[in-house]
Amino acid sequence: MADYILETKDLGISFGGLKAAQNVNIRIKKNQIYGLIGPNGAGKTTVFNLLTGVYKPTAGTFYLDGEELKGLPQDKINHKGIARTFQNIRLFNNMTVVRNVMVGLHDQPEFKCSVLETILRLPRHFKVEKAMRERAKELLRIFDLEEERNNLACNLPYGKQRKLEIARALATNPKLLLLDEPAAGMNPHETEDLVKTIRFIRDNFDMTILLIEHDMKFVAGLCDEITVLNFGTVLAEGDTKTALNDPEVIKAYIGG
Amino acid sequence: MMFKKFNLNHYINYIVIGILTVVLSVITMTGGRLDSSLLFLLEKIAISIILAVSLSLVVGFLGELSLGHAGFMCVGAYIGGKVAALLEDSLGNGLPTFLIALLVGGGVAAVCGIIIGIPALRLRGDYLAIVTLAFGEIVKSLFQNTSDETFGGALGLPTPRFDKKYLFIIAFVLVLITLAVVQNFIRSKHGRAVTAIRDNEIAARASGINVTKYKLLAFTLSATFAGIAGVLYSFSNYTVQSAKFGYNYSIEILVMVVLGGMGSINGSIIAAALITFLNTKLATVLTGDLAVLQNLLYALILIVIVIYNNAPALKSFRDRYSLSVLWKKLIRRKHDPATHKDDEAKWDVVPTKIEMNEVLSIDVVPPEAKGNTGNGGDD
Repeated sequence: MADYILETKDLGISFGGLKAAQNVNIRIKKNQIYGLIGPNGAGKTTVFNLLTGVYKPTAGTFYLDGEELKGLPQDKINHKGIARTFQNIRLFNNMTVVRNVMVGLHDQPEFKCSVLETILRLPRHFKVEKAMRERAKELLRIFDLEEERNNLACNLPYGKQRKLEIARALATNPKLLLLDEPAAGMNPHETEDLVKTIRFIRDNFDMTILLIEHDMKFVAGLCDEITVLNFGTVLAEGDTKTALNDPEVIKAYIGG
Repeated sequence: MMFKKFNLNHYINYIVIGILTVVLSVITMTGGRLDSSLLFLLEKIAISIILAVSLSLVVGFLGELSLGHAGFMCVGAYIGGKVAALLEDSLGNGLPTFLIALLVGGGVAAVCGIIIGIPALRLRGDYLAIVTLAFGEIVKSLFQNTSDETFGGALGLPTPRFDKKYLFIIAFVLVLITLAVVQNFIRSKHGRAVTAIRDNEIAARASGINVTKYKLLAFTLSATFAGIAGVLYSFSNYTVQSAKFGYNYSIEILVMVVLGGMGSINGSIIAAALITFLNTKLATVLTGDLAVLQNLLYALILIVIVIYNNAPALKSFRDRYSLSVLWKKLIRRKHDPATHKDDEAKWDVVPTKIEMNEVLSIDVVPPEAKGNTGNGGDD
């Protein structure tokens, strides 16, 4: 029913006197790839942390698919359908690649299995484990990681770690995927590959994606709409080309 | 279908302990005379293994430092011992009494686990270690200061020693049960969630893992088995004295876990057996004037083992002669790519140290540590 998959209303947070983000209004339609850009310290990651429940907003609220999620703990927000990746990759480094994805699958309703059932090794435990592993392998196949599934996550090359993080986020079956600087540290070839992957996710998983990025070419080529933040407030918003050419935005980036 | 996937490495600890138990049982049952000091040593080893395996759940797999494991054991020993003393007249001091004491002792220890687990959700690292340390000392002092009629006070609680010689068999059956529960827990989706929390708590939360639930669960499970070890202790001895359960003992259990390689259950078992054996032998061999050397020798041996296990200079030596390499040579297992593909075997892969930089480099401060709003960490 809701027109927007994500809608924030005057979302804001202040740490003491510092207003890290204020009056942030973002509206994302279903199946959009939406960009969130801004100079360093503009509050982009803060907005992500608000949307995933790491911080509780001190002002405003936000809705996912019409449902207010403000104030819920992180795991509940994930269950409601917001998954994320991190600016500095956060994998379960000492676990294998396939298990990283299986952690993402942990709370899917079809893989329910109580602690008692696993300790007593009832048939359901084996069934669930097998089904989870199969599903994880499917996801890894999409990201071209199936061959590496038994390697430790920390031994993967950088680009693949990024992909694995996205795969793990997708495993939680979200409605909205938040990507925090997915192209950071990638070479042009890897970036190109990433653009394809993100489009693929949007099309094949029926996904809506909100991403933070500094690479303007990447943003211009990928995002349908963007919001530009500066000093915690919205500087410009709208379709990518118009917003990027806004004189205020150019001023914020180049200065002067 | 199940047998096709049978992985020897997974069950080797059950098999070894099982065979050992059966052989020793057969010897005692068929009238073979086992030295009573040997039986006592076996009981002690079983208790140590239960303690080490259960602590390894918290330290090795959840990644939290707990220094109060002896406290949980103390609760189990006193409560179990008291129950046994009360039931002795009506039920004797055989198996029925033991089972009831086991349930009650383990249960009360589990409740303590929940109580100590709740602060564990808000604290981490050194702070949690201090809280658990304090808990152990508080429990010890509480029992020390009870009146003579309730828990024996400073003199200790007299407990009925198990009336048959085969207590060690029951002890090893309990070891097997502990192993089964802890290993089955770790090698399941729930154990995977626990190790995910250890590896990266923030990512675990973002992946929808209920961190609160799993931390509490791991603490409670660990405390329950420490309590069970305590009940076993009270049945293996004639008195339970609170002085035994000081922080020294907690640290001894921790040493077993660390020495065995954190996150390695088999390592914990071997280290527990070794340290207990060493301690007992040193205490019996070095008597009289030499008794002062006990702790010195014990410490020296520990230092040598730790250096041998970790020194980079000894790496090439270890690669050639370590036990696991010799074992592999012995059964001549080739690195078959087909079996390597089966990731079942990698449950226990963890580093031997908790990486502090991982703990400290947090790009987002969790709400409970910061309290920016009133409704911070009350999830």
